[in-house]
This record gives sequence, structure tokens and C-alpha cells, in this order.
Amino acid sequence: MDILIDLYRWFADPAQWSGDSGIPARLAEHVHYSALALVLSSAVAVPLGLLTGHTGVGGFATTSLANFARALPTIGVLFLVVLFAGIGLVPVVCALVALAVPPILVNTHEGVRGVEPRLRDAARGMGMRGRQVLLRLELPVATPLILIGVRTAAVQVVATATIAAYVGVGGLGRYIVDGQARQDLTMMLGGSVLVVALAVVTTLLFAGLRGLLVAPGLRAETASAR
Amino acid sequence: MITFEGASKHYPDGTVAVDGLDLTVETGATTVFVGPSGSGKTTSLRMINRMVEPTGGTVRIDGRDVRDQDPAVLRRSIGYVIQQAGLFPHRTVLDNIATVPLLLGWRRAKARARAAELMELVGLQPAQARRYPHQLSGGQQQRVGVARALAADPPVLLMDEPFSAVDPVVRTTLQDELLRLQQELHKTIVFVTHDIDEAVRLGDRIAVFRPGGVLAQYDAPERLLAEPVDAFVESFIGYDRGVRRLSFFPARELSPRQDTVFDDQTRAEDAYDIAAGHGSPWVLVVSAEHMPLGWVGTEQLARVPAGVPLGDLDLAPYGHTFNVGTDSLRAALDAAVLSPAGLAVGVDDDGRVVGVVSQDDLGTAIWSVTE
Repeated sequence: MDILIDLYRWFADPAQWSGDSGIPARLAEHVHYSALALVLSSAVAVPLGLLTGHTGVGGFATTSLANFARALPTIGVLFLVVLFAGIGLVPVVCALVALAVPPILVNTHEGVRGVEPRLRDAARGMGMRGRQVLLRLELPVATPLILIGVRTAAVQVVATATIAAYVGVGGLGRYIVDGQARQDLTMMLGGSVLVVALAVVTTLLFAGLRGLLVAPGLRAETASAR
Repeated sequence: MITFEGASKHYPDGTVAVDGLDLTVETGATTVFVGPSGSGKTTSLRMINRMVEPTGGTVRIDGRDVRDQDPAVLRRSIGYVIQQAGLFPHRTVLDNIATVPLLLGWRRAKARARAAELMELVGLQPAQARRYPHQLSGGQQQRVGVARALAADPPVLLMDEPFSAVDPVVRTTLQDELLRLQQELHKTIVFVTHDIDEAVRLGDRIAVFRPGGVLAQYDAPERLLAEPVDAFVESFIGYDRGVRRLSFFPARELSPRQDTVFDDQTRAEDAYDIAAGHGSPWVLVVSAEHMPLGWVGTEQLARVPAGVPLGDLDLAPYGHTFNVGTDSLRAALDAAVLSPAGLAVGVDDDGRVVGVVSQDDLGTAIWSVTE
């Protein structure tokens, strides 16, 4: 029980909530890196997945590459980029992008591939051009799967952004790294609790996004509840 | 008018989907392509809107080679209905129907107003406009599919096995609706099916395809049933083509007899005398309003005490009737076969008995019209 009391005292200490190394500042850094990595990954992976899914060209290469990237140890990528680009934000974001691209890419590709052939046939038969088929049929129908891919990536990125502390650019990982160095269990635990809480908030955010971006006709649960 | 001139589709692996098709589809009529799987009927249909490009020959619409037009532009001018409708799951019924008008650049409000008109035309409730496809039954989805194809008022409508995935009762309703729509709209319809009964019901002309993508016979349905060109067409049509052909001959050809029809107040012995006089084994009893009540055997009449009116006797059910003005010889024959007396009861539009027709009379009529 002592550890819980220590944890409570750690969070309750007003000093934790202000200044450059306070929780709000660390949280802001963490969210900043995560969001940056996620936006960059989506900007790369969604268009690429739409393209390979729509054309069917390069699908195997893309998913193979994505699976290979999944096997990369994030910390390895981090230090590899540090060797070239030095300490700073660049290696952190690179490592997180390498982590986030595979689930987004694979889900986008599969989401578009998974559109029923007869729907595509109907779309073309009514006189839609390739781009119209993609934007008016394939993208909206694939959106639920794409969002799941981005959500998976987001949770992984939020959990993994703690590595930023290794290269000295802050984030919630500071508490864990510093706590370890100082043998301060409470501090490590406090950092972990914050990361977990942020991951939960991220998941909730995507549940909200789903309601906003997915057409009601594709939300089977909503329909059966009616 | 749609013309196929030596149209062929040979695939690189050697498969022949369609082989040298020469055929003319009449404007404003329903032409049905029918045949077993692998006979090239769907491939031929898809050549019209360039969903399949022929490897040989040409397809023309009103004299113009379909290859002279941009495929997307061409397709927007041709209605397209496919199996299980193929509705977009993320769009409402109304927006599904408005798809082609929107592609043509109509303003959204105008496209939706047009879509609402079409919902009414195909028999959908206005309340269904805001629904999504998965909330509709298969039959309703197919109505939306037809409405969607008609939205931009194309002169040509291509229908690729549109009703094959719905149950038989709904299918019959949809077929009736299509016949009704066609009477109103006079589109040039090309309809693909593997069901010869559907072809006979809907087609003004029927093209029978044989495996290997060759046209076996192209004729009006009654000609097809009367004179299949070869053993393949005959076996494809099925064994009861003779009976089915009777649906093209009106029951008006028959002369129903009234001398064995009596009202329920007639005394049994009087009915017996008349019926026995011309050797009828059964008499039909009707009400004062001439509605059918049932059959009674002449032999039974002989055993009834004098003075009993026909209405007091146990009557055999009169079974199915046929409408003398609107039904076909097939319906009359069916009524005769199902009747306990072996006689068909002919009625007018109000259900009043016009007379009865014996199987002999039917046989004579069938013989004379089909010869």
C-alpha cells in the first residue's frame, strides 16, 4: 500500500504540475511527438495503401515491406538514425513513423481490396472513372478499417514515444528513464500511469472519430440498435 | 437499336466467351439473353457498355460504334442493373438513386428530387429515402437498383440477372413491376437470365445462347416455344414447352357452354333431365348473382328426391376459375385439370360465371390455334 500512497503524494506535489519538467510540459512534449509521427505516417501510408489497394499493383510488395518493418526494433531504429542525424527530434519521429506506417498501410490496402467486386462493377458500370471509384466508393467503404489501423498505430506510438527520453528530448519517458537512473520507483510508476492514461484517451478519441467519419450505413451496430 | 456485328471475345488463355455474335436488339423492346453458364450471355451484355471490350467485331448503338465514345460518358447514358443490386452501403437510398445524375453534374437538390420521383415510380415508400441499403429486403434493394439505373432517363437499360438472388414470390412481383414499367417507359432493355421462364415472361424477343458463346436461336417467345431450332434449344426450354406456349393464346378463343350451369333454386330433377339429355356427367351450380357455388354429379342428381333445389345438395368445390376476357389458354387448361369435374369454370371480371369448358373443347381450341 505504501507505493500507492507514494504515488498519490507524487501526483499531489504542486511542483510536479509546473515548470519545464512538470507533468503538463512533459505531456505536451509527448503528445507533440506522437501526433507529429502519426500525421506523417498517415500522410505516407494512407495514400500509398489507397493506391496499391485501388490498382492492385504492388500490393504484395507493400504488405511484405510493412511486415518486415514490423519486425524492426524501434530502439534500434532510434539509435541508427541518431548515428546519422544526431540527438534530437528527428530520430524520435523517424523511429515512431517506422512503427506506425505498417498497421496503417496494411489496413488501408486491405480495406480497399476488401470492397466487394460487384460494388466496384456497379460503380464503373454507372460511369465512374477510376478516381471517382476510389473517392466515392472505395475510400468511404474502407474508412472503418483505415481508422482501426490508425488507432492501432496511435496507441503503439503513444506507448513507444517514451523512447524520446533516451535521446534527451523529453516526453513522459523522462520520468521512466530518470526514475530508473535514480532508483526512484514512484517516479517510474507515475510516468507509466500517465502513458497508460494517454493511451486510453487516444482509444476514446478514435471511438469518437469513428462516429464522425464512418457513414451510418456502414455502422452495423448503430443499425441493429435502431 | 443495338447491333452486334461479328462481336467476339476470345481470352488470351484460349477461352472463347462470345464467338461471332450477329444480332439486332430492337429499340423500345425487351430482349432477353438466355442460356446456361458459360454461354457468353453476360459477356455479350457487357460489351454494350464496354465493361467488356470485344476482341473482334463491333457493337453499335443507333449506328454508332460504342468504341467511339469515352467509356465513362457512354456508361452514364446506359442504365445498368446487376445481381443483388450492388448498392453503395455508405449512401442512403436516395443518394444511391441520385448517383448517375450527380456524375452528370446535376445540382444535388435537382438530383435528389429526381431520385424521389423514381422511388415512387418503382414502388418504394418516401420514408425509405433516408434508409441505408442493409436496412432493406432483397426485393426492395433491387427496386432501388432499378430506380438508380433509370435516374438519368437513359434510353437503354442493361439488366444482368437482376432478380436471380430473390425468392420466387418476390421475383414474380419484380417481374410484373418491370413489365408495368416497360409499358410506361418503352426503354430498350437487354435482360440476361439463365431462367427460361423469366425470359418467356419478360421478353419481346429471346436470344438463346449455347455454351461456347454461340447464338443458337433468336425469336419471339411463342415462336421459340413452338419451333426450337435444334435439340439443344429444345432441351434448354424444357419438357413442358407445349403447355407453356399456351400462355400466348387468349382464352377468348374458347366458347364456354352454359347448358350445364344452373342456379341454386333449380329443382334437381329438372337439372337431371337437361344434363342427362346432352350426356353431361356434371352440372355447375351458381347463385342468383351467377357466382359459382360448386359441382354436382348427374348420377347423384338421379338419386335425389323430387323437388329438392340444387342449393340444398352437397356440392363439390368448383376449384380454380379462369377469366374469359384476360386469361390465356394455359390458365383455362390449368383450371380444367384442377377441377374435380374436369371442366374449367370461366368467369368475367366480377367473378360471375360465363360458362364452363370441357377438356375436349379445350383440346379442339388448342389444336386450332397452335396449328
